[in-house]
Amino acid sequence: MSIPQEHDYIGLSEPLPSEKSSDKTTAAATPSSNVGRNGVFSLKETELRLGLPGSEAPERKGGIGIGIGIGVSLYGKDESDCVKSGAKRGFSDAINGAGKWGLSINGGSEVDLGKKGGLNGSSVKQEIQPVEERKNEAAANTAPASKAQVVGWPPIRSFRKNSLATNTPKKEDVGGKSGMGTGCLYVKVSMDGAPYLRKIDLKTYCSYTEISSALEKMFSCFTIGQCGQGLAAKEHISESHLMDLLHGSEYVLTYEDKDGDWMLVGDVPWEMFTDSCRRLRIMKGSDAIGLAPRTMQKCKSQN
Amino acid sequence: MAYSFPEEVLEHVFSFLSSDRDRNAVSLVCKSWYDIERWCRRRIFVGNCYAVSPEIVIRRFPELRAVEMKGKPHFADFNLVPEGWGAYAYPWIAAMEEAYPFLEEIKLKRMVVTDESLELISKSYKSFKVLVLTSCEGFTTDGLASIAANCRHLRELDLRESEVEDLSGHWLSHFPDSCTSLVSLNMSCLGSEVSFCALERLVARSPNLRTLRLNRAVPLERLANLIRRAPQLVELGTGAYSAEIRSDTFSNLADAFSACKQLKALSGFWDVVPSYLPAMYSVCSGITSLNLSYAAIPSSDLVKLISQCQNLQRLWVLDYIEDSGLDALAASCKDLQELRVFPSDPFGAEPNVSLTEQGLVSVSEGCPKLESVLYFCRQMSNAALIAIAKNRPNFIRFRLCIIDPQAPDYLTLEPLDAGFGAIVEKCKELRRLSMTGLLTDRVFKYIGSHAKKLEMLSIAFAGDSDLGLHHVLSGCDSLRKLEIRDCPFGDKALLANAAKLETMRSLWMSSCSVSFGACKLLAQKMPRLNVEVIDERGPPDSRPEGCSVERAYVYRTVASRQRLDMPDFVWTHDEDSSLRYS
Repeated sequence: MSIPQEHDYIGLSEPLPSEKSSDKTTAAATPSSNVGRNGVFSLKETELRLGLPGSEAPERKGGIGIGIGIGVSLYGKDESDCVKSGAKRGFSDAINGAGKWGLSINGGSEVDLGKKGGLNGSSVKQEIQPVEERKNEAAANTAPASKAQVVGWPPIRSFRKNSLATNTPKKEDVGGKSGMGTGCLYVKVSMDGAPYLRKIDLKTYCSYTEISSALEKMFSCFTIGQCGQGLAAKEHISESHLMDLLHGSEYVLTYEDKDGDWMLVGDVPWEMFTDSCRRLRIMKGSDAIGLAPRTMQKCKSQN
Repeated sequence: MAYSFPEEVLEHVFSFLSSDRDRNAVSLVCKSWYDIERWCRRRIFVGNCYAVSPEIVIRRFPELRAVEMKGKPHFADFNLVPEGWGAYAYPWIAAMEEAYPFLEEIKLKRMVVTDESLELISKSYKSFKVLVLTSCEGFTTDGLASIAANCRHLRELDLRESEVEDLSGHWLSHFPDSCTSLVSLNMSCLGSEVSFCALERLVARSPNLRTLRLNRAVPLERLANLIRRAPQLVELGTGAYSAEIRSDTFSNLADAFSACKQLKALSGFWDVVPSYLPAMYSVCSGITSLNLSYAAIPSSDLVKLISQCQNLQRLWVLDYIEDSGLDALAASCKDLQELRVFPSDPFGAEPNVSLTEQGLVSVSEGCPKLESVLYFCRQMSNAALIAIAKNRPNFIRFRLCIIDPQAPDYLTLEPLDAGFGAIVEKCKELRRLSMTGLLTDRVFKYIGSHAKKLEMLSIAFAGDSDLGLHHVLSGCDSLRKLEIRDCPFGDKALLANAAKLETMRSLWMSSCSVSFGACKLLAQKMPRLNVEVIDERGPPDSRPEGCSVERAYVYRTVASRQRLDMPDFVWTHDEDSSLRYS
């Protein structure tokens, strides 16, 4: 397993001559053992450098850009294309505290799948492992969805998703946003005084607590003189506690239901809420008194 | 120098140039051609509303009549762009109000359009004719009412798939009795019922109406009356295609359809009751475009309809059609050019229909003119893709979506590199490609080597390292739009190909391994690229510089890189201080 290396792009080191590039493999490239075996040619095409299109490798006096030989033969028969298993999206690997401009290379073990040339099944075993790791990676890196669904996947437009959901002959929800039985349920969230609104997927939350803290985080930049305690991101909040805080901070979470009425969030069981909620609004406590539908109509068009 | 004879001649010659590329080329010949051309350009297309500013456009082209513009990047369709990111139409509308009093057409895609914008449009332009809003949002039916009421010469009102806040259907009644100019009306994305009387009267007094796309709330019983008033229709979108089975409803409908001798395109078909489909048989032989992508009916019913449409060129359908239905399609529709198969149950864990890669293979075998495909399925194999590529080297657009994004070849469990490699190698005219499945860096090597005409590439959950991205950026000569999500691509490839990015319209990377440091560096080195870091976790410099950003959206621009409408979760290069992001 190669050690992650640090490379500077600002000309703080000399350009690497192409002949020596076989020694300077990046961690993302093939294991050094393979490079020697293959020999290396046509490196100009594989050198990564910062330059204008069409420019030949300039004598770099100012040192804009460094050629980094990848040490991979792209045209040989025995291709050792660089492959990393696991650590595909190693964000933590990429963090390099030491250098200012240093851009760490993702570390990871290399699995040489190139030997197969054509895709015969000889390395099937090797394949399966990366697949599993990838899947775990993908799952681990998705949004904290209780249903383990990835945002925006499969890539289907909301309009189509909503139409699919209401494909049974129901006249309600025609063209509306709530999708029964779809994997996600996007509703708009507006806040009085905020310059723009946000969209959230109700299905990624399981309880009022979760949604409240998420909204808190999302809109915290807008609230002035909010709850004195200043909820920390990781603080566990009980529903009643939250409602108290929200009331105390003069903001109230409300929602518009299927019938177009505005209600306070938290009065009905969670499932009933997600079924009927069409949109959310964080409004000033003073405006929420009575929650007369008329008042809401007026404010709606401003959103 | 006054406009002398030669200039008028040139202007006349230029008036025959309709393509933007030709006009752009002409304007580069010499200064006087540039000047002549810019005064006589009437239509403009802006692919990225932030690539240029209204002031720059107005200054260069003082006499525009038609403006077409796109806003948010494509992945906004899948909720990957947070709300409030931008793409507001209002600044453009407001600037154009003064500059273009004779503006006739506005076409916007993925932009935020408010009721105020619509009202401004409706009141500013005396000869306004065409409004097309594709996948837009931010307006209500009140805005539509303004358009209906004030645009006296309105020809087209097309709201394709826009998200409209539906306050009521009353807007339609705002079309005055004097409005007889309608050619195209597409309200299929709206939810509310409009007044059927108002709709019938509108249709009846619009002799030029060619396109009518109704919304779901228009019941089948009403359809016959509408069609009867517009036998000249070329494109029809039905409402809900369901009613109680009654012979008079059926015969009314069948009669009405049989009078429509020019009908070429059909869409709508929500809530289909299959027994009513034969009412349309009289028009099927002329139909070239059929959108059944909302019709949840079994394959046998779909096939009965489709096999009537021998001249079909475009078919959009749900995967209820299954492999057997696609076999039938391949057998009867030899003119087919475009096929889109959408998933009926995309979130279900198990397949609910028998639609596999085989369906696509059949169609690619049987339909010699097939050039454009969007296909959702649950399994794929290299063998199938290779066969498809061999059968159909004339693909221009190939978009495959396997529901499990990292699914390997289900037969061999290998990556699908070879399959997609065959596609790019054989299909030399390929302009658009979307890939899914288990894919390594190798597939990107193939793409970089072969896909020389590729203009748009969409990648998700693929690749192993920066080398993959490097292959694409360094090899795809025609690349204009690249959108990537959840791939292990990062700084090296990006920085090494910085110059390439200026030759493209845009690059989108979300959930990849691009660090904030690299974004800063890129922005610093490339003054005509706007490098937007879109990150909802707070200021990027509150995290280590090597930490990956949530999203990076990089696009070339001649406008200011600090757009005024940036929300607080977007960071770009601070021009004043080259080392700090504001």
